[in-house]
Amino acid sequence: MSAAGDVPPMIRMAGVDKFFGPLHVLKGIDLEVPKGQVVVVLGPSGSGKSTLCRTINRLEPIDSGTIEVDGQPVPAEGKALARLRADVGMVFQSFNLFAHKTIVENVMLAPVKVRGVASAQARQNGMELLERVGIANQADKYPAQLSGGQQQRAAIARALNMKPKVMLFDEPTSALDPEVVNEVLDVMTSLARDGMTMLVVTHEMGFARRASDRVVFMADGEIVEDAATEEFFTAPRSERARDFLGKILSH
Amino acid sequence: MDFLSNYDLLGAFWVTVQLTFWSAIGALIWGVVLAGMRVSPVWLMRAFATAYVNVVRNTPLTLLVVAASLGLYQTLGVSLTTDTTTASIDITNFRLSVLAFILYTGTFVSEAVRSGINTVPVGQAEASRALGLGFMQTLTIVVLPQALRSVVAPLASVLIALTKNTTIASAIGVAEAAVLMKTMLENEGQAGSLVFVVFALGFVVLTLPVGLILGWLSQKVAVKR
Repeated sequence: MSAAGDVPPMIRMAGVDKFFGPLHVLKGIDLEVPKGQVVVVLGPSGSGKSTLCRTINRLEPIDSGTIEVDGQPVPAEGKALARLRADVGMVFQSFNLFAHKTIVENVMLAPVKVRGVASAQARQNGMELLERVGIANQADKYPAQLSGGQQQRAAIARALNMKPKVMLFDEPTSALDPEVVNEVLDVMTSLARDGMTMLVVTHEMGFARRASDRVVFMADGEIVEDAATEEFFTAPRSERARDFLGKILSH
Repeated sequence: MDFLSNYDLLGAFWVTVQLTFWSAIGALIWGVVLAGMRVSPVWLMRAFATAYVNVVRNTPLTLLVVAASLGLYQTLGVSLTTDTTTASIDITNFRLSVLAFILYTGTFVSEAVRSGINTVPVGQAEASRALGLGFMQTLTIVVLPQALRSVVAPLASVLIALTKNTTIASAIGVAEAAVLMKTMLENEGQAGSLVFVVFALGFVVLTLPVGLILGWLSQKVAVKR
């Protein structure tokens, strides 16, 4: 991993605090994700991992601290924020494909409307991406006609068609039937191999071990442990992480 | 029955149809704009639309129609036409009543569309914003198309109510069906109940197909999730 001083990290969070009413969901989060790194965020439910992911493109505003993407502070709102979001791909737990548009329309929409790419070009790029994620033959169907795994792969293609600098995955396989989880993880693994900067909130330990460079372990809104993947799984330093891994990996 | 041919029944109902048509188009546009304002991130727009809907929706339509005539036309001189012939008064009254219907019916359209917006899962707008689409793009490309598909049936009810509400244009002398009915009741007192039946049937002929067609359409355009 490059830790060169003059290259800004792709994501930098410093002293980030976030409240939901009286609930302190993110407590003084400091996190840097260098370009090209794949970071997996682990932690028990309610530890704030999804919220952390959603603050990076400001789907959740923060109460204090700073977040920068590729050296630029995340703008508060308006056109500048939309421009930043265009460069940050996001994949949701519930896919969120546009229900009234076909798969290929979903994939080509944002390049045309946000980047001004010609419709034919956006369609061609979109079809190539659908090919890559293995669902080109579903291009003219509507989201509800596809399985969850197919929908999630379409959602990844939709995000990739914006040529993002970084991809955020918010529990991308949590809503999937077990037998289709791997088809989504395979797409993510190949994306990681191609050098995409990724921040992945997940419960998939296999994916974390296989595809990530680094693990961030969260509990109660704090980053408890931040370690290289192999180190985290073989020799976790914190009691919380040992406990968490013990419960998950014991069988 | 013979006396029916002495009156221009079709002509009167044709005015009703025209009143309904222009008012429906205007109300649909105005209602969607109001609904958009009610979910806008701009505080002032939300406040205006909320206040407008609650005031106008709760104002009697007759009052709005008469206010358009007395206030806009007779006091402020807004005639909505450049015609200067003797027909100008009819054109003015027709257009003023259409305006009143749009302002009034728009509030009901807005409430229906707003409830439609609430049926669109929040993740749809989040995905749109996450891709870099702005508020207007998210609203017009992602949210409204889905919201409108889910409110075709309630909008049919609004349209049917509007069709019947157009009889209130008679209050400022627009020669639609209700005016003719009143004339006929005065002239043909002995056949009063027949006149009622004819006009009731006339409105059923106008509104029943609207309900049936839009009911069918609402099934056809429904978004599958």
